[in-house]
Amino acid sequence: MIVATQTATKGANVELLLVQALSGLASAASLFLVASGLSIIFGVTRIVNFAHGAFYMLGAYMAYTLTSRFAGPLGFWGGLVVASLIVAALGALMEMVLLRRIYQAPELFQLLATFGVTLMVQDLVVLIWGPDDLMGPRAPGFTGAFELFGRRIPSYDALLIVLGPLVLGLLWLLFHRTRWGVLVRAATQDRDMVACLGVNQKWLFTSVFALGVFLAALGGALQIPRTTVTHAMDLSIIVEVFVVVVIGGLGSVTGAFFAAVLVSELNALGILVLPKISLIAVFLVMAVVLVVRPFGLLGKPERAPRAAAGLSFRPWKPMTQIERIGVALIVAMAALLPLFAGDYTLSVGSEILVFVLFASSLHFMMTVGGLASFGHAAYFGLGAYGAAFAVKFLGAPMGVALLIGPLFGMLGAIVSGWFCVRLTGVYFAMLTLAFAQIIWSVTFQWVEVTGGDNGLLGIWPARWASSPQGFFWLTLGIAVVGVALLRMLVFSPFGFGLRAARDSTLRADAIGINRKSVQWAAFVVSGTFAGLAGALFAFLKGSVFPDSLAIPISVDGLVMVLLGGIETVSGAVVGAIVYKALAIWLMSQTDLSKLILGAIIVLLVVASPKGIVGFIEHIRHRRPRTPTGADVPDSLGINMKAAE
Amino acid sequence: MTALLEVSGLVKSYSGVHAVKGVSFAVQAGQILALIGPNGAGKSTCFNMLNGQIEPDAGSIRIAGEEIVGLPPRAVWRRGVGRTFQITATFSSMTVRENVQVALLSYHSRLWSMLGYAGASHRDEADRLLDLVGMTQQADRPCGELAYGDLKRLELAVALANQPKLLLMDEPTAGMAPKERVELMRLTAGIARAKDIGVLFTEHDMDVVFEHADEVMVLNRGELIARGTPQEVRRDPHVQAIYLGEGLLYDAKHREEAVS
Repeated sequence: MIVATQTATKGANVELLLVQALSGLASAASLFLVASGLSIIFGVTRIVNFAHGAFYMLGAYMAYTLTSRFAGPLGFWGGLVVASLIVAALGALMEMVLLRRIYQAPELFQLLATFGVTLMVQDLVVLIWGPDDLMGPRAPGFTGAFELFGRRIPSYDALLIVLGPLVLGLLWLLFHRTRWGVLVRAATQDRDMVACLGVNQKWLFTSVFALGVFLAALGGALQIPRTTVTHAMDLSIIVEVFVVVVIGGLGSVTGAFFAAVLVSELNALGILVLPKISLIAVFLVMAVVLVVRPFGLLGKPERAPRAAAGLSFRPWKPMTQIERIGVALIVAMAALLPLFAGDYTLSVGSEILVFVLFASSLHFMMTVGGLASFGHAAYFGLGAYGAAFAVKFLGAPMGVALLIGPLFGMLGAIVSGWFCVRLTGVYFAMLTLAFAQIIWSVTFQWVEVTGGDNGLLGIWPARWASSPQGFFWLTLGIAVVGVALLRMLVFSPFGFGLRAARDSTLRADAIGINRKSVQWAAFVVSGTFAGLAGALFAFLKGSVFPDSLAIPISVDGLVMVLLGGIETVSGAVVGAIVYKALAIWLMSQTDLSKLILGAIIVLLVVASPKGIVGFIEHIRHRRPRTPTGADVPDSLGINMKAAE
Repeated sequence: MTALLEVSGLVKSYSGVHAVKGVSFAVQAGQILALIGPNGAGKSTCFNMLNGQIEPDAGSIRIAGEEIVGLPPRAVWRRGVGRTFQITATFSSMTVRENVQVALLSYHSRLWSMLGYAGASHRDEADRLLDLVGMTQQADRPCGELAYGDLKRLELAVALANQPKLLLMDEPTAGMAPKERVELMRLTAGIARAKDIGVLFTEHDMDVVFEHADEVMVLNRGELIARGTPQEVRRDPHVQAIYLGEGLLYDAKHREEAVS
């Protein structure tokens, strides 16, 4: 009798798993649509379209409006398609107006531009559709459910399960049986060659972009009978889509399909089997896939990017005497700020300084090491939690906590860096993102230690630094020393070797430089300084939350670096000050801060793909040479050409 | 006496295609040896195995008696092998001098040093190397701006930074103007003789090969089919049929010179 009951329970469990698996397959359909769009766009244009999530969201909102207005099956299905077409047209518009201008910009710069668009869309959506979640109509003819093993499965899910492979098949036909498709595949292999063959690249790119956006919008539109439409849809999907595309292999539609199924099933079944680690299961799988197959399941090795014409580096020089004096004056002026500025200004100033240090640490890794991390918040957050643990569990004073924080950042970077430097380019970026998400999930779910969502409170600075003035001076001192150390490192023999490994792996290897170890070391240095910034942040806020190692912080860091100028020595300092100050100021002035900030980012990218500092240097070096611009000795006592 | 470089029974195939099948040869110190052969003969594969970029399927490569098969390029470099690439590989974000300085820092095992200004280290040594290849004038220019011939000369300076015993040069004069070719090879030969460096180079320009090589090896379909002095190789009917063809420019030129 007991045995029979057990068997029955087991049977029920298997049924539950099966039903859950079907639900996972249904989710996979939308994910596949969005991911295949991203993959196709990347394959041809080499653009990682951050705005893909925004188009997904727009598709859902647009479909909501159309399907609510026009009733009946035609109104619903027609509405979905028309909504996707409208969004695709918007996507094509963005490609023509914005991206066409910046195809020649350094890698990742298009990412910044599309990120700016994402910010704008977030505010626009709230402006047009309001801040509340919206509930769309159900699909006519698919409102019911059918029974399977005594459990009800929505018939709409069944439709989606069929739809996924159907779209995959249609895309296959499009790419293998049409002239356009052949051109797209050829361009994915070698777009320069295709251009040489007399194909109009502009329109090929635009049409590919429109198709990709159409797929994203359709993926969003198809979601409205299943879930509510919210203005947070974009960020939640974009990370998942990045993961899918990277697991599947960038540029591979079939790979995206398998990866979408894999990820959706992991999400659906993970909750049943291992609820504790469900959040990180996907990222763990991605990390494993990337270490075993560095270019995804069905991806091909990335060709080394061809150097963008006209953007060759001006060799970096240490600061001249005059520049040093200028910097010292600026620092001195900043140090005088507490004498007349109010508490609010000072706390804002401290926050900016924390991010100056954080952005500089990322900048070191990105521009000197050539390692673009999408998950740099991990080390910032680890630093914050390290400091918080020191205070909470050891009762350590601030001085000690400010050492333990960077130590945490360093340890995190040692572990994840070892894996990450095995990869390059976008795959490297994605693996750093995966590690950041794993660490975030652990912090979020390990409530006993980290307090989970409630965070850790009461991380107050030492008495002498507890006033806004004192803390500002502390932050200023640490930030200045940190940035100076990083800058020194750029010009040290180690920095030279690091730049060598970035410029030409082949040549570096042929003169005895081990790329992986050098880059690993740079990763660790960068993580340590990010940890220091995080530790300061914990004391600034008096608390730590999982937010401090979440994606928005990583993205902020990236934006600061790119805004300042990726080809400069210390552009991140300027980028961080401008971005953070602008963000805080706009937040206090207007409800549409994201719209304005996004627009500013887009404009800056178009006006100056070299970033703010790159732009200033460009202007400076365009000036005719002055006869006095000869040799200026610097403090090291060596004669060297002035930056002229 | 152990040869500087001793290669025996080198084999490499790519998914069924036999690129190199059992190549054996030796290079002595101070010797300038050319490796020629038609496209696809396996020259580059041979080269890339010699400095550890590709691992051979079988065979042995000894530098001064020490086996180097299985070592990465950076370890081969530490054993005194410098190389230049068919398509130049330089550090384009740095100045010409800095390119050499990085190589010198690496040679002096100072690359892990995080203190001091690297632009000030080994400056004289870098300038001497640049002087050797005639690049002193361009020392402060960004490497990204150089003309192709200058890049080739810079590569030579970089390849000489570790005081190599053996220099591997993959098509050192490809893409250069005729005058530059002769100059570069004359320069290389001069340095090699002065410092007793063994040089192995591949080349398609027979003027360069016959003018500067002490000996020439001919590779065809992954096998060495001839080795000898330039005169011997040039007269080898088998080599003529496979690679050189008839009516050599070099011969014609020399006949003209003899007449005038």
